Amino acid sequence: MTAAIEASGLGKRYGRRWALSDCTLSIPVGRVVGLVGPNGAGKTTLLSLATGMLAPTTGSIRVLGGTPGSGPKQLARVGYVAQDTPVYPGLSVADHLSFGAHMNPGWDAELAARRISQLGLVPGQKAGTLSGGQRAQLALTLAIAKRPDLLILDEPIASLDPLARREFLQVLMETTAESQVSVIMSSHLVADLERVADYLVVLMSSRVQLAGDVDQLLASHQLLTGARRDPGSLPPSQHVVTASHTDRQSTILVRSDVPVLDPSWSVSQIDLEDLVLAYMGQARTEPAGPAAPAATKILEEKR
Amino acid sequence: MIWLTWRQFRWQAITGAAILAVIAIVLAATGPGLVTRYDQIGLPTCHSTCAALAGKFINELEFGTYGKLFYAGLVAMYLAPALIGIFWGAPLIAREFETGSFRMAWNQSVTRTRWVLAKLGLIGLSAVVAAGLLSLAITWWASPIEQALSDGQSGSHFLPLSPLVFGARGIAPLGYAAFAFILGVTAGVLIRRTVPAMAVTLAIFAGFQILMPTLVRPHLIPPAQATAPFNVNTANEFMINSNGNGPATMTLVGNYSVPGAWIVSNQTITPSGRVFDGPPAGVCMNASASQQACNNWVNSQHLRQLITYQPQGRFWPLQGAETGIYLVLAAGLGTLCTWQIRRRRA
Repeated sequence: MTAAIEASGLGKRYGRRWALSDCTLSIPVGRVVGLVGPNGAGKTTLLSLATGMLAPTTGSIRVLGGTPGSGPKQLARVGYVAQDTPVYPGLSVADHLSFGAHMNPGWDAELAARRISQLGLVPGQKAGTLSGGQRAQLALTLAIAKRPDLLILDEPIASLDPLARREFLQVLMETTAESQVSVIMSSHLVADLERVADYLVVLMSSRVQLAGDVDQLLASHQLLTGARRDPGSLPPSQHVVTASHTDRQSTILVRSDVPVLDPSWSVSQIDLEDLVLAYMGQARTEPAGPAAPAATKILEEKR
Repeated sequence: MIWLTWRQFRWQAITGAAILAVIAIVLAATGPGLVTRYDQIGLPTCHSTCAALAGKFINELEFGTYGKLFYAGLVAMYLAPALIGIFWGAPLIAREFETGSFRMAWNQSVTRTRWVLAKLGLIGLSAVVAAGLLSLAITWWASPIEQALSDGQSGSHFLPLSPLVFGARGIAPLGYAAFAFILGVTAGVLIRRTVPAMAVTLAIFAGFQILMPTLVRPHLIPPAQATAPFNVNTANEFMINSNGNGPATMTLVGNYSVPGAWIVSNQTITPSGRVFDGPPAGVCMNASASQQACNNWVNSQHLRQLITYQPQGRFWPLQGAETGIYLVLAAGLGTLCTWQIRRRRA
């Protein structure tokens, strides 16, 4: 099956600064992918590369098997809601629907009209006077109604209030439930993604730190607590992600595909947020630069 | 794409059409009166008195409403392309960059190339049509005045070939409009901000409008030359320059002219072909000597006048050449613009 996004050695440099480097990823179709990382980690860069808004400096990226932004067919297959959900301030809500209809051969007018009425948007209202939440909903409606195979959302809810966030995610979940669309959505907050994402990519300092199915990621990580000991003494099947020590006690996060049976440890599960934070903390202590072996830390999902 | 282009351009188009309509009403209201006056003076049926009648007609108009309208028409013809560049061209894509809406536009099922070509094509065509209508209306209105000018005053600054009028008549304004529009769009694409793009558009277009008639237009077709004996008694300019240090020089400009032509340069040359610059003889420097003595000396030098000019019949060939240049420039900028949009990765 073709991957939703297939990146190999992908990198993007602005002047002397690498916004994204050495990114190798294969995200399967049919998933709701959460792309998480702090501000400036390279999330927007990765998503812009996936839509063809940017061209890579190094490596390659294929989206649904095609080159991003390469032609009308490719453009029709990918829906994109850019950061800050830009719309045409001078055009009304109804004009935006006409815009979508004129610009997309696969436009689903019935779906768009239904969404707008469900959201309670006034067709005659100028988009420039919509609230942030309404604007995001309008942008999402345009992206959904073109009936894409992949929906790319760049921090769509970052600037929304909690109620608008909930509504936005609700719409998103309804959409994924009723169609086969793949979604990739970025946020700097894991909590935003936890409810909807079943696949996670963690970006930190322009590198992919972690990528995989959420359930598998949670199942394969254990937090070990016990008497103080050297993390190096753990068996090779257990990869140490982070370790912290007090005088008498060690707390070690390990990745292991087999259960940890050592009775000297108290083994507990870790939640998604802590998992992400652990990988981000680990990235922060590593030296930056293209030669850093971050790629070896990437969890490859078994398929 | 046509729908989107029109939907975004609607208000600018309506504003432009409204301004055109107001101008057309003013011209339609005053034009017939001008023709009537032209007929009353007897210009259409004159034979030997044409020059005198034409002079009378022009003098009568010069400080009245018709004269003011004539000048206003010239100003309007030069302003129109600049305004098109500033208000139709510069914001076209710069505004999309400012509001971020280009990121939405570029992710519909239409390639960026089609998106930009539709905008350039449709609005560029509108710009050319608007300039064409304005040129047609003003040329029609001013035709009695221009006929009288060419009948009467061969040295007028307002003959069709003169730099002031040339760019406001015929097809040249169409080329200016196309160029100014695409110049504005390109400035917007490169600068990505509307107001600075407007300022840059105005500055560059004004530069072209000054450099074109002074440096390029005289040589679009190799100019003709003619010579005649220099006659000091009818000279337009007679100047002795003496500042105490160095030999004194002398500047003479005769009044030799070719009817209806655009005189590009007018030089006084010696029998050997050198441009005459003195030195003046003693009689010309001596305050007690008579002017006649000096004139006699000048006449004894056998000076000739050499004029370089574009003859009257070259109005349309020059119009064609200049319009062609602007259209080629517009096409070049359009290509640059499209390439930038394709390449531009935001």
